[in-house]
Amino acid sequence: MSDHDKIYSTKFQDKIERSTVLMFVVTALAVAVGGIVEIVPLFYLPNTAMSGGNGTFNGTAHKDKAGNVIPMDKIVWNPATSAHKTLEGWQPGDGVRPYKPLELAGRAVFIREGCYLCHSQMIRPFRDEKDRYGHYSIAEESMYDHTFQWGSKRTGPDLARVGGKYSDEWHRRHLSYPREVVPESVMPNFFWLANMPVNVAETKRAMEVMTIMPFNPIPKTIYTEAYIDGAPAQLEGKTDMDALIAYLQGMGNHIKFEEGVNYRD
Amino acid sequence: MEATQATPVKYDMEVVRWFTIAAAIYAVVGTLIGVYIASELAFPFMNFDIPYITFGRLRPLHTNAVIFAFGGCVLMATGFYMVQRTGATKLWSNGLAWFTFWGWNLIIVLAVVTLPLGMTEGKEYAELCWPIDIMIAVVWLSFGFNHIMTVAIRKTSHIYVSNWFTMGMIVMITYLHVVNSLAIPVSLTNSYSIFSGVQDAMVQWWWGHNAVGFFLTGGFLGIMYYFVPKQSGRPVFSYRLSVLHFWALTFGYVWLGAHHLQYTALPDWTGSLGAAVSLAMIIPSWGGAMNGMMTLSGAWDKLRTDYILRFLVVALAFYAMSTFEGPVMSIKSVNALSHYTDWTVGHVHSGALGWVAMVSYGAMYHMVKKLWGVEKMYSDNLVNVHFWLATIGTVVYVVAMWVSGIMQGLMWRDYDEYGTLTYTFVESVSAMHPYYAMRMVGGLIFNIGTWIALFNIVMTVRQASALRSSSAVPAKA
Repeated sequence: MSDHDKIYSTKFQDKIERSTVLMFVVTALAVAVGGIVEIVPLFYLPNTAMSGGNGTFNGTAHKDKAGNVIPMDKIVWNPATSAHKTLEGWQPGDGVRPYKPLELAGRAVFIREGCYLCHSQMIRPFRDEKDRYGHYSIAEESMYDHTFQWGSKRTGPDLARVGGKYSDEWHRRHLSYPREVVPESVMPNFFWLANMPVNVAETKRAMEVMTIMPFNPIPKTIYTEAYIDGAPAQLEGKTDMDALIAYLQGMGNHIKFEEGVNYRD
Repeated sequence: MEATQATPVKYDMEVVRWFTIAAAIYAVVGTLIGVYIASELAFPFMNFDIPYITFGRLRPLHTNAVIFAFGGCVLMATGFYMVQRTGATKLWSNGLAWFTFWGWNLIIVLAVVTLPLGMTEGKEYAELCWPIDIMIAVVWLSFGFNHIMTVAIRKTSHIYVSNWFTMGMIVMITYLHVVNSLAIPVSLTNSYSIFSGVQDAMVQWWWGHNAVGFFLTGGFLGIMYYFVPKQSGRPVFSYRLSVLHFWALTFGYVWLGAHHLQYTALPDWTGSLGAAVSLAMIIPSWGGAMNGMMTLSGAWDKLRTDYILRFLVVALAFYAMSTFEGPVMSIKSVNALSHYTDWTVGHVHSGALGWVAMVSYGAMYHMVKKLWGVEKMYSDNLVNVHFWLATIGTVVYVVAMWVSGIMQGLMWRDYDEYGTLTYTFVESVSAMHPYYAMRMVGGLIFNIGTWIALFNIVMTVRQASALRSSSAVPAKA
């Protein structure tokens, strides 16, 4: 006797198992749900640093101790309202800003060398991380990072607030021969970065690409055509080492954090 | 499970043979690179000041080699094997299968060239640059389309459970790869993700965890549901459990990615949701593991003599262990300790070595005998030696990472009596040294096993061909 007509589960399951099309369609629907529920809201809810392009961030409102809302242009640099109108004039604490050309080139070196595989850029809201690295990271701080560099592993320390902690010279020595400065380090030597000129054409092209991003593009009022055209002059004669150091030194000091504010709510 | 046919079907198995051999080679290469980069972390001079072999450039090559070269070839070999035998039909298109084979291997060659040159998108497990990403999409769809069309032309009434899992993998990996790879190119080898910050992080870990969930779990569960019953000669323990296992995993696994981002700038609800579903996943995962294990009831004595079955059973044990460990690590209070440490690395490897590689080798040994029409492997003893090397290597690796991971986590958060941090960061680095050396040894033991497997498989094939050419009747595949 053939058992092909016997149903061992439910009628619907049996129907699915007999039909390639049905199996394909039901599976394709089932696997889509979780991603949609978890990803799509992040483009519309507050506290996800999704810029509407007009200085609003989906109703994100960080409040100080007295309950007053901190204006978002204190968090994300807005040249229109800031005392400092250009990227060159920007000062630490003015708010999150896009990368300067040399920093952007350095960021490309950071990615190329796989630094993110051992160094995170995401400080968690714990006492020990605050003591070790500084204020916890917030969403706005990586809003211009296409792709994000939060990392997943700390074989080396977190770098989210490394900017300004060490001198340029310390970084140069440490990147070149890490064990000369930190004997126990397991980082590879990167002295050869000092022999490599920065990729000027690609950096300029990357700046152009940043202004046409569908999400969180860099405003053309900041990366103006003139600014992008002036980038090659800024990169003239610089090496990958200079670029990487500039990138590291620009990290984590953009926002002036106030005590007692919950920046993640 | 297989329809009895009046006339035996002529399957298209040549492409399966090639995928199987390729998988055996990539296992050796992929784990060897793993051992090398492990040695770089234990002994940094191993970077030799050569940019192309620094840890940062070789690590993506290791992950791509083991996941997509080894894992991918195993999945395609077994996928094409199972879909034909469970459906009692040839492939829908043998030519397309060969396109998949050469396309996939071309991608692997390109990865070997581009990653050491530093051409990367900077997204973990999705590093390859955009032109290769497009090729991956084309070749992947060629595999998926061929597989699904072969399911469609099956001679049996029902679709076998293994093919559900493979189909789930095909659909989900397509979604993931396409969305996560959306980027704007700046040159032929460089591009920037269209997403940034929080959104990019969530998309990346939606990809990252489901590459594990659907490629390394779903796909290999398909293998389990075919090869465990075949090798043990027993039917699957419970059909209903496999229905539950499949749909719960297919619907649920997708939600887990957010647990990689606990306490980050990702909104809290997302990580909590990911953790809640992660915990719920213990139930179908253990149900599935039990289903595989209980398939052996009445045949447990075979474990004494059948070394191939040992691979499959130990794989299931590691599957159960990892699918318990993972949800535990996704709980926020545990994650606070485990995140950013070697514990994560240990967890991944208990899954990758203990589950994925073990079940793969079980399936590969089984297939090699069938594909080349031999009764026995060249050496059954070598299968046993490989089994023990793989098991011991995995345990040494995982234990080293557990200890170092928990130690790191505890050192980072330790305060002394004056209320200051007890340890500097670099003190935690130097404390890891013995465990990094131990991890390297564990990996090396595992790697030696893969060499033995390759040797054994090659010798079996050679013996089979010698046998065939000496026989009077020229045997055609």
